[in-house]
Amino acid sequence: MTKLIKSGAYAQDVYARVADDAALPEGPVLVSLARFQKDRDALLARNTPVGVRLQASENPESLGADVSHFALIALEFPKFRDGRAFSWARILRTRLGYTGEIRAVGDFLFDQVNYQHRVGFDAWEVPDHFTIEMFTKALTEMTNVYQPSTDGRTTIRQLRAAARQSGPIKS
Amino acid sequence: MLNPLVKQVDPNMYRYDEFDAQFVGERVNQFAGQVARRLSGELTEDQFKPLRLMNGLYLQLHAYMLRIAVPYGTLSSKQMRKLAHIARTYDKGFGHFTTRTNMQFHWIKLVDVPKILRELADVEMHCYLFCGNCVRNVTADQFAGATAEEIEDPRPLAEIIRQWSSLHPEFVFLARKFKIAVGATKADRAALQWHDMAVQVVKNDQGRTGYLVMAGGGMGRTPYVAHVMSEFVEREDILAYLEAVLRVYNQDSRRDNIHKQRIKILINAIGPEEMRRRVAREFEELKRMGTLQLPKEELDRIAAYFAPPKFDTGLSDEMPQAGKDFADWVNTNVHAHRAPGYAIATITLKTPGQVPGDITADQMDTVADLMDQFSVGEVRVTHDQNLVLPHVRKKDLPAIFAKLQELDFASPNSGLITDIIACPGLDYCDLANARSIPIAQKIALKFADLDRQHQIGELKIKISGCINACGHHHAGHIGILGVDKKGVEFYQLLLGGSGAEDASIGTIMGPGFGEHEIADAVERVVNVYIAERKDGERFLDTYRRIGMEKFKAAAYQEAAAA
Repeated sequence: MTKLIKSGAYAQDVYARVADDAALPEGPVLVSLARFQKDRDALLARNTPVGVRLQASENPESLGADVSHFALIALEFPKFRDGRAFSWARILRTRLGYTGEIRAVGDFLFDQVNYQHRVGFDAWEVPDHFTIEMFTKALTEMTNVYQPSTDGRTTIRQLRAAARQSGPIKS
Repeated sequence: MLNPLVKQVDPNMYRYDEFDAQFVGERVNQFAGQVARRLSGELTEDQFKPLRLMNGLYLQLHAYMLRIAVPYGTLSSKQMRKLAHIARTYDKGFGHFTTRTNMQFHWIKLVDVPKILRELADVEMHCYLFCGNCVRNVTADQFAGATAEEIEDPRPLAEIIRQWSSLHPEFVFLARKFKIAVGATKADRAALQWHDMAVQVVKNDQGRTGYLVMAGGGMGRTPYVAHVMSEFVEREDILAYLEAVLRVYNQDSRRDNIHKQRIKILINAIGPEEMRRRVAREFEELKRMGTLQLPKEELDRIAAYFAPPKFDTGLSDEMPQAGKDFADWVNTNVHAHRAPGYAIATITLKTPGQVPGDITADQMDTVADLMDQFSVGEVRVTHDQNLVLPHVRKKDLPAIFAKLQELDFASPNSGLITDIIACPGLDYCDLANARSIPIAQKIALKFADLDRQHQIGELKIKISGCINACGHHHAGHIGILGVDKKGVEFYQLLLGGSGAEDASIGTIMGPGFGEHEIADAVERVVNVYIAERKDGERFLDTYRRIGMEKFKAAAYQEAAAA
C-alpha cells in the first residue's frame, strides 16, 4: 500500500491510474507518456484534470507546449540510485515554467525527500510505514543550504552577506 | 597530541564560520541517527549502505573503513594531531593517505563512527563528499600558494566548489561518482586530465584571469584523457559552467550498465563537440537566471582566507650545505618557492619497504610538530600519497631533514622509481583481485640503492589491485595491474602512461607476470631504458621514441628463460 503526502500532510489521491490499454474512467486520470501521445486530443477534450507519469528516461522537454495542460506530473524513481528525476523536476519548474503538482513515485529513500523538495517536487507517494513525522524530519534536519535551487531558498552565501551587513560573523 | 615544546600555529586556510559549523554539525547528527537505526536493526545493511557511503563509511574485508576528506589536500597541524588521535583511539595506530588526498582508517567500529565524526567536526573536517555517486572531494596542486609558477592560488576556487557541491540536491544521485581537480600552473601535479572534470586557472589574450574547463577524463576499465569543454570561462561564470556540465551528465548519461556510466563514456559516445553544444545550452540558461553568478567580492572574500603567510625578508637564498645525504634529498624532494630564502619540501611516505601512503599516529604527531616549527602550521597531501611542507625557510631544511631521518621519512626519492603509488589492494579492499602493497614493497626494495635510483631518474610506477584503477596504473610511466586468473594473482605491465601535463594512457604489454616474476620484469624493462636512453631522456621519453617492442622482448624473453 502507498499513501500520498502533500503540503506536509496525508492527502487523498484523486487520480485514477489508467493502464495503457484500459478504457478511460470518469474523473481525473494519470496516464503514461505513451498513452498521452496516443490519445492526446481525447484526453485534453475531457475537461477533467490529466496527469502524466514519466519514466526516469523520459525528459519532460519532450512534452513541449503540452506541459501547461497537466495538473499533475509524476516522476518515477525506478531505483533510488537513479537521480535523473532530480533534473527533470528542476527543468519542469525553471525551463518549462510548470506550476502544477510534481509527484515523486517509485523507489526513493526517506533521506532523499529533502533533495526532491529542493528541486521542485511537492507531492510524494510513500510506503505505508512512512510517517508525517519522518517526512517533517527529512525536510528540517539540515537548516541551511549552500547552493541555489528551484525552491528559491536563501543560500549560506546570501545569509553571510546579510550577516556582514549587521556585524561580524561568528566563527 | 600536542608536544608541550611546540606552539601550535594556525595556517592561512579556510576556516568554518557559524554556517559551515552548523552544516557539518547537523550532518553528523543526521548520520548518528542513521547509525542508531542500523545498530537497532531498524535499517538493514542494504538500506544503510547508501547512507553510510555518503558519509565516508565503507564495509571492507575485515572491518569498516572510514574515509576522511582533506579538501584540496590542505591540513593544519591541529587537524593532523586530530588524525593521530583518531588513529590511536579508534584504529590500530595508523592511517593511510589515498590518491584522492584523503585519509582512510581501515579498522573502524560502527558504534564509534558518530563520535569520530564529532571529533572531526571540532577541527573543521568531515567525511561527506566521498562515496556514493556524488561530487567527490576536490583535489588541487600540492604546491598551490607556494610556487612562483602559478597564476594564482587555485584553492579558493576549490573551496567555492566544495561548498557548492556539498549536498547539491540535483547531483547527489548521479550515474556514477564525479571527481574534480583544480590547478593553476602549466606543470600538472594534480593529474587534471584524468578527472571527470578539471579547472585550470589561465589568462586569456587580453591578460584577464579565468578558467579552462575540461571534462571526460577517467581511469577504470575504459581509460580516457579529458577533452577541453571551454578554453576560457569568465571568473563570475565558473559555477554556472560547472553546474551546466553536471546537468548534461545527470540527464544524458547511461544508467543501464554500471561500467558505462561515467561522464567519459557519455562524452566519447556523443563526441566532445556535441557535449560542448549541450553544455552551452544549459550554461546560457544558468547565466540568464543569474543565481549561480559568483561576485568578485565573494571570490575575494574566500581568497583572503588563503592569503600568503608573512614571509621573512632578508633571508639568504643559498641552499645550506649539510652533507651528501642532505644534498641528495634536496635534489629530489625540495622545490623552488615563490619567496626568496624559502623552499617547498616533499616528505615521501615511501622509504623502500614502507606501505605507500601509510603513516603511524606517532609519525603524524611528529609531522605536526614539523609543520608548526617550520611551515606555518601547514602541510599538503599529494595524489601520489606523499606530504608537502609548503613554506619552509631554506636555512631550516637541514633540521627538517634530520627530523625526517628519525621518522624514516627522509628517503630522497620524490618522483623516482621507489616513489610508487599503490592502492590498498587485496590486503584491505573487497573489490581488489590482487595485492598491491607487497608488490610495491618488493619493487621498492629491489631498487633501494640510492645511486641507482638517481641514475634511473624520473620514473613513476603506479600499481592497482584491480581494474578500478585506484592506483592510477593507466597513468604510470610503468603501470601494474593486478588480475585474478583462476584464484592466482597475476600482474600486467603497462608502459607509457602519464598523469602530468603530457597525459597519456599506458599500453598493456601482454600477458601478466606471476607475483614472484613482476619485480624482475620491471627491472628488465628499466635495463632496456638504461641501454637505449639518449641525451637525458626520461624513461617515458625513451618509451615514446622507441615504442614497446624492445621492452616487451626483454620482459618476456628472460621470463621464459628463468
